[in-house]
Amino acid sequence: MFLRILFTAAALACALPAAAQPIKVGAFLSVTGPAAFLGDPEQKTLELYVEKLNAAGGLLGRKLELVAYDSAGDAEKARGFVKRLIEQDKVDVLVGGSTTGETMAAVPLAEAAGVPFISLAGAVVIIEPVKKWVFKTPHTDRMACEKIFVDMRARGATRAALISGAGGFDRSMRAECLKVAGKHGVEIAADETYGPGDTDMTAQLSKIKAAGVQAVLNAGFGQGPAIVTKNYRQLGLTLPLYQSHGVASKQYVSLSGDAAEGVRLPAAALLVADTLPDADPQKKVVVSYKRDYEARFKQEVSTFGGHAYDGLMLAVDAMRRAGSTEKSKVRDALEATRGYVGTGGVVNMSAQDHMGLDLSAFRMLEVRKGDWALVK
Amino acid sequence: MDCSAAARPNGSRKALLLLAAIVAALPLALPNNYAYEVAILVALNALACVGLNLLVGYAGQISLGHAGFFGLGAYGSAILAARYGWPAWGSIPVTLAGVALLAWAIGWPILRLKGHALAMATLGFGIIVAIVLATEDRLTGGPDGMAVPPLPGIQGEKTWYWVVGAALLAGVWLAQNLIDSPRGRALRALHGSEVAAGALGIDAARHKVAAFVISALFAAAAGALSAHYAGFITPGKASFLHSVELVTMVVFGGMASTFGAVAGAAVLTTLPHLLTVFKDYEMVLLGAVMMLTMIFMPRGLVPTLESVLAAARAKPR
Amino acid sequence: MLTQYLLSGLTSGAIYALVALGFALIYNASHVINFAQGEFVMIGGMATAALFDAGVPIYFSIPLAIAAATLVGLLLEKLAVEPAREASVVTLIIITIGASIFLRGLATLVWDKKIHRVPAFSGETPLQLGGATLLPQVLWVLGVSAVAVALLAWFFRRTLTGKAILAVSHNRMAARLMGISVRRVLAVSFALSAALGALAGVLIAPIAFTSWDVGVMLGLKGFAAAILGGLGSGAGAVLGGLALGLVEALGAGYLSSAYKDVFAFLIIIAALVFLPHGLLGRRAAERV
Repeated sequence: MFLRILFTAAALACALPAAAQPIKVGAFLSVTGPAAFLGDPEQKTLELYVEKLNAAGGLLGRKLELVAYDSAGDAEKARGFVKRLIEQDKVDVLVGGSTTGETMAAVPLAEAAGVPFISLAGAVVIIEPVKKWVFKTPHTDRMACEKIFVDMRARGATRAALISGAGGFDRSMRAECLKVAGKHGVEIAADETYGPGDTDMTAQLSKIKAAGVQAVLNAGFGQGPAIVTKNYRQLGLTLPLYQSHGVASKQYVSLSGDAAEGVRLPAAALLVADTLPDADPQKKVVVSYKRDYEARFKQEVSTFGGHAYDGLMLAVDAMRRAGSTEKSKVRDALEATRGYVGTGGVVNMSAQDHMGLDLSAFRMLEVRKGDWALVK
Repeated sequence: MDCSAAARPNGSRKALLLLAAIVAALPLALPNNYAYEVAILVALNALACVGLNLLVGYAGQISLGHAGFFGLGAYGSAILAARYGWPAWGSIPVTLAGVALLAWAIGWPILRLKGHALAMATLGFGIIVAIVLATEDRLTGGPDGMAVPPLPGIQGEKTWYWVVGAALLAGVWLAQNLIDSPRGRALRALHGSEVAAGALGIDAARHKVAAFVISALFAAAAGALSAHYAGFITPGKASFLHSVELVTMVVFGGMASTFGAVAGAAVLTTLPHLLTVFKDYEMVLLGAVMMLTMIFMPRGLVPTLESVLAAARAKPR
Repeated sequence: MLTQYLLSGLTSGAIYALVALGFALIYNASHVINFAQGEFVMIGGMATAALFDAGVPIYFSIPLAIAAATLVGLLLEKLAVEPAREASVVTLIIITIGASIFLRGLATLVWDKKIHRVPAFSGETPLQLGGATLLPQVLWVLGVSAVAVALLAWFFRRTLTGKAILAVSHNRMAARLMGISVRRVLAVSFALSAALGALAGVLIAPIAFTSWDVGVMLGLKGFAAAILGGLGSGAGAVLGGLALGLVEALGAGYLSSAYKDVFAFLIIIAALVFLPHGLLGRRAAERV
């Protein structure tokens, strides 16, 4: 009898420190470097919501702890940090990988160590083919292409031109668009590119002007698309211009100025949070995220931050449903996510679909009078 | 140019043994796989830098595009292994042979250039390689990179550590033997004055190209090993920024000093990992460290330490 | 279409030319390639954008931004280059590389990581030239470059400080013996180069925007242009810049836009192999 009490006490003593140990969320983001535009709002979002969750009592009776590193857009750095997160910091879940290159470098590590990894990067290759431990929150570049092609056809365009930059996001989206254009009945009659840091794209655009197309798609990221947009108007082009979700931000609109009027792009509902109809299932989530983020950081909310929010909340939700932080249970719970409403859309995951969004999660937006408007 | 550095007989066997001892004993200080990873990255950078030092420190040429060779070595082996199914033991030597041929072919015309023109030509080479690697996405996977099959039989950080450590020691040994050979002395004479060396019957062009090719091989070998180790390669490894990192490591550690190259690689590879705790201030601190060390130790880390030790030893008792 | 390609090449070429001038100037005085030159361009653009966004009228933002960059140039010279003046050229280059990393990091702390725009000097309405269009801002860039080259030529040939800079570049020891303060010469060249770089940044920002890392690519292209034109020659730097811009635009238009930078660099390498001192560089007699 005495031994039984002794053993129970010992077991309790061992369990207690575990209960006091925080749940570690590991993040590797491009806070500095060429993709700082992605990583900065992502980091801010994760910090803000870990704080809020802790203030509301934490998760499963434990506090959350965010361990975040800056991989500066470098795949090798990302690899190193993921190793550090897994081996040294011993995190329970990974949320991060702002760019596809960084994510893909981390995938083999997450798979080998069996740690659930929610990526914040765009390319479809992350979840296709499906990898057991890898999930993602942002819409894929292929979805963006499809959304745009559907809209082009609706406006009667069947011949289009593609112009893209040299970065990973640009090239990946360009490859996907070339692949799916035919399926949607759109012929890509011109395919031009520009370099990083280029200051003028009128040469490429005049080639496009001469190719006799009915619409132009700019798959780009950063300041390139803004220069393309300005050059577009400079050359007097009036054909429909589509941008990618990579520039779904007020910054693109303010940089391009009047030239952006009439430009369309696919984006998450977060950008038009205030003008969404009340009946929209995402309205509550996006309005509250927008309000919290802008109040704390005095900065315009961004879809990239929204993806980080979704990543964190999906992980938290999965842990709650699994009732533990045991990695395989969390992974199974993530895969079983149904009807989760995030800033990117309504998420329904499955064993074959580790992203869970469909084309309706993307909204087609148009720039009108310097602000975003939903295209019905 | 500091001729005395080039004229000093390079490295004793003692220094090589010391390095071997460090490589052998280091694992005792490495607590987990992450630490091993940093050590492996140091060794790979050191291998590339030892080669670059032959060109920059001894032969007195400049190359701002050496990451191009690193990238070619990495992608060459990766593409042969991943796209064409070659076994890694075949893909690496064939890649190195290819890189040697390329270096030889472009070395002849551009090594006739001197000073800033040479810097620009090598810079241009590096950038051309990086752009081609990023643009031919069907072959190379584009800017997001491609997956690389591992070397058969070599798995896990600990095994790789020994493989890379052995490669580094072999590289250092090779470099030292080259430097102390007649060819090496010819190179050092070139560094002092090409005209004078010519007057002594040394064929400047041939020796410069030889140094270029050998240093390219070192970089390509480091690149190939790095690709198979990480299981992944991106065109960023051939970028101008990476070339600048390599040259900085060589100069920082001490030119015309093989162990300087190793030391420079060690410090500048680990430093960002250490500075990462400073988050937003990392860049500012890295830049400040680079400036301050070069201002106070203009000949580089190892030569300065050597003089400090020599001065201490020479103090009258 | 050819006209548009030429005008496109003129636009980027004018930008590269102005950046290249800064490289040539510092090289003239100190035989150092200042890898932080691109950062002076960045400071000019970012400081202007920051001041303008804060409400300072553009007529004050620009001179203040240039003054700020000049100050940074002086500090760089005093704190980083001068203490290492006896070091080898390669060491000095590494110091300037460290400085460029430092300045970029500083920019993200002082300002932010976003992209900023600066209003154009004379509006955005493009000029129509023979069926093609050109932004009026490009004319400003070209005009200022031309004035800068002319002023620098006058400065080097007619003023004592300018002649002192040339003297130092030809033979530092002899210049010292003639009573020229090498320290002052270096300080003036860095300050002047920084001011030129900042001016370039201010002029370029309305066309290509500005951000904390805009100096990396511009610095690289400016450096390439300066070497192509022949280091040490102001007119050469401008010519090199224009040539680079034109080759890029024509390559994009007639060959492949994906490989335009490759063509540009191949041509630069070929040009250097045949003209090792650049397009306008003088053959220097080398001491054996």
